[in-house]
Amino acid sequence: MQVTAMHFKRKAAENLHNEKLQRALERLQSKFVDSRAAANAELPNFEEIRNAAAEIRRKVTENLDRYLLRFEQEATARGAVVHWAETPDDANRIVADIARQYGLRKAVKSKSMVSEECALNDHLASEGVEVLETDLGEYILQLAKEPPSHIVAPVVHKSKEDISDLFEKKHHRTRTTQIAELCREAREILRPGFLAAELGISGGNFIIAETGSVLIVTNEGNGRLTTTLPRVHVAITGIEKVVPTLEDVTTLLRLLPRAATGQSITNYVSVLTGTKGQKETDGAERFHIILLDNGRSRLLGTELQPMLRCIRCGACMNHCPVYQNVGGHAYGWVYPGPMGSVLTPAFVGLANALDLPHASTFCGECAVVCPVKIPLPDLMRHLRTRQMEQRLRPWTERAALGVWSWMARRPAVYAVGARIIARLLQLLAGDKKRLRYLIGVSGWTKGRDLPAPAGRTFRDLYKSGKSS
Amino acid sequence: MRVGLFVTCLVDLMRPRIGFAAIRLLESAGCEVVVPATQTCCGQPGYNSGEQTSAKALARKLIGEFDGCEYVVVPSGSCAGMIRVHYPALFKDDPTMIDAVNRLSSRTYELADFLANVAKLKHIPGRFSGSLTYHDSCSGLRELGVQAQPRALLSKMPGVSITEMREATTCCGFGGTFSVKFGEISAAMADKKCQHIAQTGADAVVAGDLGCLLNIEGRLRRRGDVHTRVLHIAEVLAGDEREG
Repeated sequence: MQVTAMHFKRKAAENLHNEKLQRALERLQSKFVDSRAAANAELPNFEEIRNAAAEIRRKVTENLDRYLLRFEQEATARGAVVHWAETPDDANRIVADIARQYGLRKAVKSKSMVSEECALNDHLASEGVEVLETDLGEYILQLAKEPPSHIVAPVVHKSKEDISDLFEKKHHRTRTTQIAELCREAREILRPGFLAAELGISGGNFIIAETGSVLIVTNEGNGRLTTTLPRVHVAITGIEKVVPTLEDVTTLLRLLPRAATGQSITNYVSVLTGTKGQKETDGAERFHIILLDNGRSRLLGTELQPMLRCIRCGACMNHCPVYQNVGGHAYGWVYPGPMGSVLTPAFVGLANALDLPHASTFCGECAVVCPVKIPLPDLMRHLRTRQMEQRLRPWTERAALGVWSWMARRPAVYAVGARIIARLLQLLAGDKKRLRYLIGVSGWTKGRDLPAPAGRTFRDLYKSGKSS
Repeated sequence: MRVGLFVTCLVDLMRPRIGFAAIRLLESAGCEVVVPATQTCCGQPGYNSGEQTSAKALARKLIGEFDGCEYVVVPSGSCAGMIRVHYPALFKDDPTMIDAVNRLSSRTYELADFLANVAKLKHIPGRFSGSLTYHDSCSGLRELGVQAQPRALLSKMPGVSITEMREATTCCGFGGTFSVKFGEISAAMADKKCQHIAQTGADAVVAGDLGCLLNIEGRLRRRGDVHTRVLHIAEVLAGDEREG
């Protein structure tokens, strides 16, 4: 997917003024925030499960090579073929080769964010393979030619009315705004696609080392059809998704749906192991599993390693007040919100996503809700530090910080500076005791007044024995 | 007990009466208050902007200034969190500093937390009559667990009634330099906070961090609300309501 993270600020500003989007984003609170809280409240030992989940994921990142090799061995023993893709181009080429090898021209696809990293659909189209997205949200976006704005609810930026308009235009049927009718309409369009498909492409929420299985969680049933109807199944996921055992995965599954959608369990949990056996009636005849690196292994052994614990629940974005205001597209790549503010610069380069690590007030809510306890603000701060070390921040910002810190280390100079600023701002503010504009901090004064200082600093008043 | 007051740079510059209110409260709780004269900034702006060197220099300075104090009290959850949570992280690889850092960090408290849990302030010296709504500032809430303490203190005041706002724990949008760098996003977040404050109909919004208060007050006034008072909890508890 094309990276437009450099335009975060401009895109965010546009989105703040997009009333339709703002109305759509208002649903996050009830749909995700409140329902997550309610679902977690059902668990009397939520914190214990969370600690266990974080520990499982920590252990994985510490021993990633070992679990991946075990996974490859077990999956291969059950008839699957494991491919290692270092880059998105590698992954695209592998899928295209598989399609060519078996002569596959029609594909159905269930939701996969890793395939978004690769822009897989575009590549397959250029190779003459027709891909039909079958997750309802992804299908809508395919029709609209838009990228997802959320990793779990890709179409959260659209209203029901937007979708009605889109369906009417693309399906040439009578417009309906009933959600059940819209779903039925999509199902009717998708069903022949499933039946005609020769290739099924899925993601993988987890891959299980001890059994060589790929696990996917879905709510619509399209994942089952995608992975079992076509004769070839390709699962594509990130190398960090491995977990040691089935037992471990059950621990993680107690948290993932709760954190993501507030469900105690998703409608479907599919564990796909090996190819269709001789006496089995369904399942793919060929099963290829593509494990993408795309920068993940670079995080190992660095301060960013905890990011590899991420299980892609989306809770950090649902609870992020910045995401709640600007929506996912502003972040300019596959992963929005706090997790994206870490992953995007880590994967596509610090200089290509300058604003993202700064697009947080460090309110800390993302770390509080993360089911695997990723210290997201600390990781964003680390990226800020690296940007500063590499002199990637604007010189004005570096200069301002330099002056501030130089003065703050010199109390006598600082006292004079503070005295002058306190008096000056008080005079500028006048009787109203607030400023409507102040040069240098127009970012503040554009949307807010600046309450004026009292005129004398605490230190001066304290020294002179006055109390106000 | 001997308590060092870290006034914070914002209170020093913008609203000194919060500092004096904090002194009054600490003295009411029986503390001897010292205010090191050379104090400036805890280093948080540099730390959160990725400027570790200046953050460390300012941290060293502060650690030296408050060395002789039994406790360090800060009328800001954000600056207290910087000292208590982030100083140890900043010096985790520096064996020459780690003892001094831990000694200071473990003795550092946000004002309301200190008054309620350590000094156990019984008699609230100030007077206030009216309805309040309390905004939970992020660092105080999530780094230091400050939530029940300010409400417990405020509810001891006979004239005060507290009306909780919706999403009281959601960030107001301040975020230090975020408020200038991403002014529009910050103002949009502040606007939602203001809506929630307005819905309570409270006479005043109260918080424990001046940064949040300036942000909220700035947006309230820009929205045309010139009546809702925007007060630091120390100002309410000490009853020092004079304009200054």
